[in-house]
This record gives sequence, C-alpha cells and structure tokens, in this order.
Amino acid sequence: MATLSIPNPVPSAIEDAEKLRKAFQGWGTDEKAMIAVLAHRDAAQRKQIKIAYEDQYKEKLLKRIESEISGHFERAVYCWIFDPVERQAIMANIAIKNKVVDFPVIIEIACINSSNELLAVKQVYQSLYKHSMEEDVASHATGDFRKLLFALVGTYRYDGEEINTELAKTEAKILNDAITKGEYNSDEIIRILSTRSKAQLQATFNCYKDAHNLSITKALSTKTPNDFVIALRAAIRCRTTPTKYFEKVLRNILQKSGMDEDALTRVIVMHAEKDLKEIKELFQTRANMTLEQAVAKKTSGDYENFLLALIGN
Amino acid sequence: MADETLSLKKAFSGHGGFGVDETTMAAMVTKWRKQPDQKSRFRSDFSGFFTKIGSIEKCEDDFLLRLKTEFSRFKNIMVLWLMHPWERDARWMHHVMHKSYPFTVIVEIACTRTSEELLGAKRAYQALFNHSVEEDVAYHIKESYSKLLVGLVSSFRYEGPQVDNDMAKWEAKALGNVIKSSGSGKLIQNEEVVRILTTRSKRHLKATFKHYKELHGKPIEEDLGANLCLQETVKCIDKPAKYFSEAINIAFKEGADKPSKLSLTRVIISRADVDMEEIKETYHKQFGVKLEDMITKNTHGHYKDTLLTLIGK
Repeated sequence: MATLSIPNPVPSAIEDAEKLRKAFQGWGTDEKAMIAVLAHRDAAQRKQIKIAYEDQYKEKLLKRIESEISGHFERAVYCWIFDPVERQAIMANIAIKNKVVDFPVIIEIACINSSNELLAVKQVYQSLYKHSMEEDVASHATGDFRKLLFALVGTYRYDGEEINTELAKTEAKILNDAITKGEYNSDEIIRILSTRSKAQLQATFNCYKDAHNLSITKALSTKTPNDFVIALRAAIRCRTTPTKYFEKVLRNILQKSGMDEDALTRVIVMHAEKDLKEIKELFQTRANMTLEQAVAKKTSGDYENFLLALIGN
Repeated sequence: MADETLSLKKAFSGHGGFGVDETTMAAMVTKWRKQPDQKSRFRSDFSGFFTKIGSIEKCEDDFLLRLKTEFSRFKNIMVLWLMHPWERDARWMHHVMHKSYPFTVIVEIACTRTSEELLGAKRAYQALFNHSVEEDVAYHIKESYSKLLVGLVSSFRYEGPQVDNDMAKWEAKALGNVIKSSGSGKLIQNEEVVRILTTRSKRHLKATFKHYKELHGKPIEEDLGANLCLQETVKCIDKPAKYFSEAINIAFKEGADKPSKLSLTRVIISRADVDMEEIKETYHKQFGVKLEDMITKNTHGHYKDTLLTLIGK
C-alpha cells in the first residue's frame, strides 16, 4: 500500500499551481509550501498541476523547480514529480549512462514490475531516448553484467500462476550444480532467473531450500564480496521477495555509516505511491525504530522534510 | 482410361505438387459410379500407392500419409486465414520447440514482424501455452544459436526514424573485426554480434550493413560463413522480401521436404496483407518467372485457388 497521503477534498490543479507560484516568488523559496503541495498529490494530480502551471505562467514547472531548489532535495522532487512509468524510464537511463552501469537500479526496475508495467517503462524509454532500453543496456554494460541485465530487462515474462513441479525440481538441481561449481555467471542460472515466471521461480527456490536446507540467497553468499553475485542475489530477491529486499536496502542505507542519498531517494520515491507501507512495517520490526525516526536521524533540512512527507508523516 | 488415370493420379498429387484437385476427384466419383472394376484397375495401375497382400488390396502407408497431408493443405490455410495473426505466429513458434518446424521460423517471425506484432505474438503465446516464448526457446533449444534466438525473440526494437550514423559505422567496423578474428563456428555466439543484431533498431541495422559493404567491399552475408542462423537474421532484417521470395522458391524445388513445403502456406498467409506486391516483384526478378504462374503450375484445387486469391491475382 502507498504511504502517500492526499488531503480530502483535494484542491484543484489551478489552486495548486497558484500555491507553487507563490512559493517561488520573491527571494528564496518557500520549500514547506512546495512540499505541502507536491508531496501530497498522486501521479495524475501532479500531471494536472504541471499542465495548469504551464498554462497559467507560460514556463515549465520542472525548469522553475530546478532553478529554485538544489541538492538532494531538488533531485528527490524532480524524480517524484513524474508518474511512475516515466520516472523509471528516466532513472533507468541515468543508471545506464553512469560511468559504470548502476546495476541495482536496472535490476530493481526489471524485476519488481509486472511484464506489462515493464513494457510500459520500455515504451516511454523509447519515446524519450530514441533507443530501446535493451540496446542501451547491452551497449553500456559489459561481460557478465551485460548477460544478466539484458536478460532481465529483455524478457517479456509469463505472469500467470501455473507452475510445473517437476520442472521446479529439475531447475533447482541445475542451480545447485552451477552454484557448487562456483559458476555463478552460468548461462543456466541467468536463463532460469530471467525467463521463468515469478510463481515458477518461487517454486524452484522452495525445492532448492527443501533439498539443501539453505535458501538460495544464502547459498550464493561468498566470502569475498563479488559484485556480480551481489547482483544475482538482488535479482533473486527482487523477483521473489521485493518487500524484504527494499527493507534491507533501506536498513543498509540508514543504519550503516556513510550515506547514499541517491539510493534513499530512489527507494522512497519509487515506493511511496506503491508499497512503502509494507516496507515501513517490516523496517520497524527489523530495525527497532520507525522508518521516520531512522530517516530523521540521517537526513536534514528540506530533503528530510520531503522524505518524511512521502513516508506518511 | 490412361488419360483419366493420369489426371486422377495428378489430382491425388503423388507427384510433388501441392494440394489435391477436389473437382477432378469428385468428377471421377460420378464417372466410376457402380463400376468397382474400374476402380480396381485404377488401384493396380497406381503402383507405389496401392499394393496387394495375397488377394487383399491395401494402400501404402506412405501414400495415405502423403494424401492426408495434401488434403489438409486447404484446411490448414483456411484455419490459419481465420486466425488472428498473433495466434498464428504464436502457434508457429510453438511448433519449433517440438522440433517439427526448423528454428529459422523463429528468426523469420522475430525479425520480419513489427515490434507491436511480435509483442502481440508473445502475448498470444502466453495465453495459449502458459509460458513465455523466451523461456521455452531458452529451455528447449540448446544449440549454438540459442543465444541469438533468445535475443531475437525478446527484442522490442525502437522503430522511430532516428539513427546514429556514427554508431552504425562504428558497429560495422566492430562486426568486421569480430568476423576477422573469430572462427566462423564461434561467430554465432559472439557477444557483440548477438548484441548488435538483437537490440539495434532495423533502420540502424540497415545503415550498419550498408557501412559494412562500403568498408569491406562486400555485403556482410558473404562474410558470415555457412552460418544459417546469422544469414537468415541479416536477410530478414535487411531484405525481407528477398527472404520470403527465396523461402517460396525452396518450397517449389524438386524433392523439397515437408517443412519447406509448409513455408509456402506460411509465407503467403502471413504476408498477404503486408508486402505481397513487393515479394511478387522480387520473386519475378530473382527467378525469372511470375509467382502466380508457379502457383498455377504446381498446386491444385481449392488450395491453389486460395493461394492465388491471397497473392492478389
């Protein structure tokens, strides 16, 4: 469930556009007013506000925002304003064009969406960047990462509930063979992980656990941190237990030293209108504090206020 | 009697034609009404198709099978004509998994349909078979060309007008280098070859092939060795009309096998509403004979009539 809270009744798009305009006027910006509007509107409402603002004031809302605010706050608001499909296309493009392809972003987008949701992201990606997402992933990623990311992004997976138990047993064995040999980049692992449906994959991993008394992600933990294996585990988790995956990501960001604001922004913004509630609840049981408390501890200023507004304060 | 026998033998198409001449057969039933001796004489005359075990006359099994196939050509083309193109494509691709069709059918469908048509076919495949076509291809086809095939069938190519000419030139060079350094057996598994052929837009690839020819003085097909899968891929993307015209020609050749003959129906049905005019012109230019004449000469009955109508005679 979403954590996004929208006032009832919700003001019209024109009223909201006026409020934003007021927030921009004069020296400085009234960030609180900005957050009060933008962090409490859903995708359709935000779209209407963009249109109303442009109509009334003859300038693009995004351009104005970019000139009014900066830093992590600006990046967060920028990501948030778009609707989920366009947002993911934009984030995917940024991740791909990074010096080194930011593989967690691609894995998340490729694995947590349903086949049709991912397709919508790919269609918007094409209209924005005049390339297919597949060709960009394939031409920027290299080696094993290319194999994995391309397969995850490119497959239009079956989304149904049908499973074949015999097949699950066979493929659990295939996975075990590859893992025991240490062949983590094996074609079979990639094939199974990227082409099988969620239901079939879950059945396969259950068979694996039954046979070896060890979950497949634990089996894939190696003593030496290996980026590719990290990617595999992320893909496995995103495909089968996304809530747990994102909870862990948040806990890693908020409870370890150092700070990755981009990752924090990404998780909160991408899930606030989707399933942040479940992630929040799990976080609280695991971290012994609420997500709000953890975010408040590690962030500050307008950025903190914006995130807290999205989390459901 | 000799004349009638000959025309009846022809009608049963024991001699390399396609389909059966239903009208002649029906006429024979009338002619030989209440004349079992005539029929018996016909049977003993029609050696290779009928035989005797002692005093019992029996059909050769081969002949029965062949006859059933020839009778069913009309049935098949009608059923296919009624089906939605997506369902047709899905069913043809499914046949390949179970080895009754050559893998080139997958190359054909993946490369000559538009991105939307291929997507539709993939959806139909899921609805019909409860699996994604990608998972089935990856699972059932283990030959050296399977990576290429999975890539082709997963593709969701950009179809807009933009082409990055510098990139096309660069990739033409890259292909040239790979071709020079790999053995022709390894070419089909080469990552760059697979990446370029399975992710780039068709416009981009046509530009790439053009640059290749300018750089190396010959078309890329000539440098791909005996690699059928690669050859077909390039042909389908670059010159689909030529590909289809050649597929039809193979079907008409003396001694063509069953799958080759089946391409006649498949090509004509799937292209009738798309680029049949271009295919006819290409066929005439390549083989010096009009397609309608080939069809008139080599096919019979309702099957023939349907083909002629579909090609726009």
